[in-house]
Amino acid sequence: MEELYAKFVSEKISKTRWRPVPPGSLQTAETFATGSWDNEENHVSLWSIGDFGNPDSDGSLEGDHRLLCDIKHHGDVMDLQFFDQERIVAASSTGCVTIFLHHPNNQTLSVSQQWTTAHYHTGPGSPSYCSAPCTGVVCDNPEIVTVGEDGRINLFRADHKEAVRTIDNADSSTLHAVTFLRTPEILTVNSIGQLKIWDFRQQGNEPSQILSLTGDRVPLHCVDRHPNQQHVVATGGQDGMLSIWDVRQGTMPVSLLKAHEAEMWEVHFHPSNPDHLFTCSEDGSLWHWDASTDVPEKSSLFHQGGRTSTFLSHGINHQANAHQSLTSSWLSTDPAKDRIEITSLLPSRTLSVNTLDVLGPCLVCGTDAEAIYVTRQLFS
Amino acid sequence: MECALVLWCLGGHLGKLVRVSKNYRSVIRACMEEMHQTTIAANDPASGRQFSSQVSILSVMELIWNLCEILFIEVAPAGPLLLLLLDWVRLHVCEVDTLSADVLGSENPSKHEGFWKLVTVLVLQGRLDEARQVLSKEADANPPSAGMCRVLGDLMRTMPILSPGNTQTLTELELRWQHWHEECGRHLQDGTFASSPPLESLCKVMLGDEAALLAHKDLLSNWYHFLVTRLLYSNPTVKPIDLHFYAQSSLDLFLGGESSPEPLDNILMAAFEFDIHQVIKECSIALSNWWFVAHLTDLLDHCRLLQSHNLYFGSNMREFLLLEYASGLFAHHSLWQLGVDYFDCCPELGRASLELHIERIPLNTEQKALKVLRVCEQRQMTEQVRSICKILAMKAVRNNRLGSALSWSIRARDAAFATLVSDRFLRDYCERGCFSDLDLIDNLGPAMMLSDRLTFLGKYREFHRLYGEKRFVEAASLLLSLMTSQIAPRSFWMTLLTDALPLLEQKQVIFSAEQTYELMRCLEDLTSGRPARAEPDAQRLEEDDVETTKVEMLRLALARNLARAIVREGSLGGS
Repeated sequence: MEELYAKFVSEKISKTRWRPVPPGSLQTAETFATGSWDNEENHVSLWSIGDFGNPDSDGSLEGDHRLLCDIKHHGDVMDLQFFDQERIVAASSTGCVTIFLHHPNNQTLSVSQQWTTAHYHTGPGSPSYCSAPCTGVVCDNPEIVTVGEDGRINLFRADHKEAVRTIDNADSSTLHAVTFLRTPEILTVNSIGQLKIWDFRQQGNEPSQILSLTGDRVPLHCVDRHPNQQHVVATGGQDGMLSIWDVRQGTMPVSLLKAHEAEMWEVHFHPSNPDHLFTCSEDGSLWHWDASTDVPEKSSLFHQGGRTSTFLSHGINHQANAHQSLTSSWLSTDPAKDRIEITSLLPSRTLSVNTLDVLGPCLVCGTDAEAIYVTRQLFS
Repeated sequence: MECALVLWCLGGHLGKLVRVSKNYRSVIRACMEEMHQTTIAANDPASGRQFSSQVSILSVMELIWNLCEILFIEVAPAGPLLLLLLDWVRLHVCEVDTLSADVLGSENPSKHEGFWKLVTVLVLQGRLDEARQVLSKEADANPPSAGMCRVLGDLMRTMPILSPGNTQTLTELELRWQHWHEECGRHLQDGTFASSPPLESLCKVMLGDEAALLAHKDLLSNWYHFLVTRLLYSNPTVKPIDLHFYAQSSLDLFLGGESSPEPLDNILMAAFEFDIHQVIKECSIALSNWWFVAHLTDLLDHCRLLQSHNLYFGSNMREFLLLEYASGLFAHHSLWQLGVDYFDCCPELGRASLELHIERIPLNTEQKALKVLRVCEQRQMTEQVRSICKILAMKAVRNNRLGSALSWSIRARDAAFATLVSDRFLRDYCERGCFSDLDLIDNLGPAMMLSDRLTFLGKYREFHRLYGEKRFVEAASLLLSLMTSQIAPRSFWMTLLTDALPLLEQKQVIFSAEQTYELMRCLEDLTSGRPARAEPDAQRLEEDDVETTKVEMLRLALARNLARAIVREGSLGGS
């Protein structure tokens, strides 16, 4: 994986997301959005890596990303998602959820809709109104689900002023992230190490299922669902551990992989190559986990100091990589049989890598060192 | 716009340090460039002016840094010293290129009004090859003066300079230069250039004539340019220690008593005098933020130039400046993460300062709190971890987020706070008769061991679950163990005994005789421990009434159960 372009942008980046390409189109990702945090004035910005210069001699597109437009955002950008081609949903540390609309003809962003009191500790009615940060947002046009530090889950619909459904006190601790499982079901992770599945078809305020680790209740910070197998979910925890869960079976994770040395902020399955997983962490590294089976025989030694390391997951059985069924590369019951190749993608340790996103051959990530890194050749 | 740099902590190799210094300078230049772009793109004149003043400050910073690099870090000896100083001057006087483009791009360069100006500027900067080429245009265009131009051109070509790869010694160079200087003088005396005043003036410049140089004050534009040109043409093998004589006289001659030295002049003069502390002191006064002095001092400290100076409050100058700079970073809303790295590089007071600063960072989201905690944990600052977690846990309790509160107390391994959270749960139970946040209590896991109260909470909830599942015998023994093992708070015993009541009243005998004796002992402990109330008032009497009724009912139930248990155990042979 080569050609990582870095750009220093004078604000710490908390979230970055690729704009989705229209389904069925052959385009690669060209535009991404970023959100900043910890500034007095934060911004949601749109960047382009499209062809705006001369392609160099061998035809590859040159140059790093440039800013298209940005807009002020009140509070830290805690989460960001593209709702559709033109709209971006941003979750704020003030408890507000905003939909921004991008106008491509004059390259500006404007606020399209806002729910200002989506998350709060004490409600807007009472005199001691205290808002709570909204920590996660996920969209599935036309629905938007948000979760926050107040343990509340909101279901919004674009163009509806009030929330369609709110589950108060869904959790007694902070909900850190949310993802859709199947469309009426969502999965949340919280700061006492539990995964909870909620079904919006049911009326009550109880989760339909709770999964957790039996060991220490390590807070979980991020979650992502396998693109094809909707029952496979990956989570990242405060101790940097990556866990793979099968929500159909049991309440325990299928595998636990010791990964980073500090909080894992985001985990993403690659949307079109789900044998590849990406994680980024507070320890300043971004890892690419490759569980695809066409990896040639590698030695089972852990290469120290190198950028690539072959890592044996939970289990100590040095057997050769045998034939493997197509569906279970992450759920393999004998983790020792799989060699997961792990590559660290950033050239040197920086401050925390807060966010990453992958689409096709392109990867973008943002760090606390005020830098955005982009590569267009992830699988070179 | 801030340029955020991480401190380079290095070992002492000189070449590395020069590279580091050049890195710093290139970053300053990059900032200048970006700020220049912003100035151009600025919408209103006020911010445009602000940006361009920033650009000039950065340019001055780079000027000073460059000089310090030449004199203190590279420690150029006589010979190379002048070449480096020439580069320094050339880097900071940029009008030459535009002028050159103007003149040479025109149709008839030698007739251009800026022609002689260009040639003079090139000579003043020691760019003799270029000057010669430009001069040849005049020779081409004006045949009568071709001869003179050729002579001057030859003089320019033959001026001895120290080239980098040259192996000649300094004395050789001096000798050759002396010869060349005399040749120039001869031409001047012979009147070779008498018919062309510009050429004659150029010859005088090349002889290092001060009056001739001062005549071109406007082209020189500042005294340090004057200094370097003067050195080039009068003493090219100047030794570093002699610099300050020339510097002082150049400054005086250039200013000519018309104006007084500005802060920048003082700084540069201090540098030429090799008085590092004065340089730093003047820079601290003149520049408004600590970035420049902190980083320059650190670099000079790595060159071991600052060892001798100790300040009154125990730390040395480098550390003092770094601490000032890092404290400034902590005052900024987002640059605190960089401040941490700077404090790490201060061996004496860094850690203490960091401990003080890190607790005062405003934490408005959990994510920021986690980052701060991670910084503390990496440096084993357990006190700070504990205090920050306590603040967050208190906030969570106030917002009724008991799960969050518990998770913070687990992180800090704070048993006292875990006890507080459990008391809160138990109080809620007493008030409402049911548990809130069952998802938390049911799934405590090993965290239960953090505090006795928490363990009790978990076990008590388990008791309720067992009761709900009708596993009475297990529930009963759990209840008993809760009381006898002393983890139940005394205030809760009454509640526990009251919970035992339905078990005692069941059709089948659940508590064995032994267990019943235990229960009775607990009850007696509880009732005997309560002293007689001193002033009975109406409400107290009522409470007492309720209490006494409860106690009575318990005693009755226990007695009945005891009876049944003894009978059952006796008749079935002790089963």
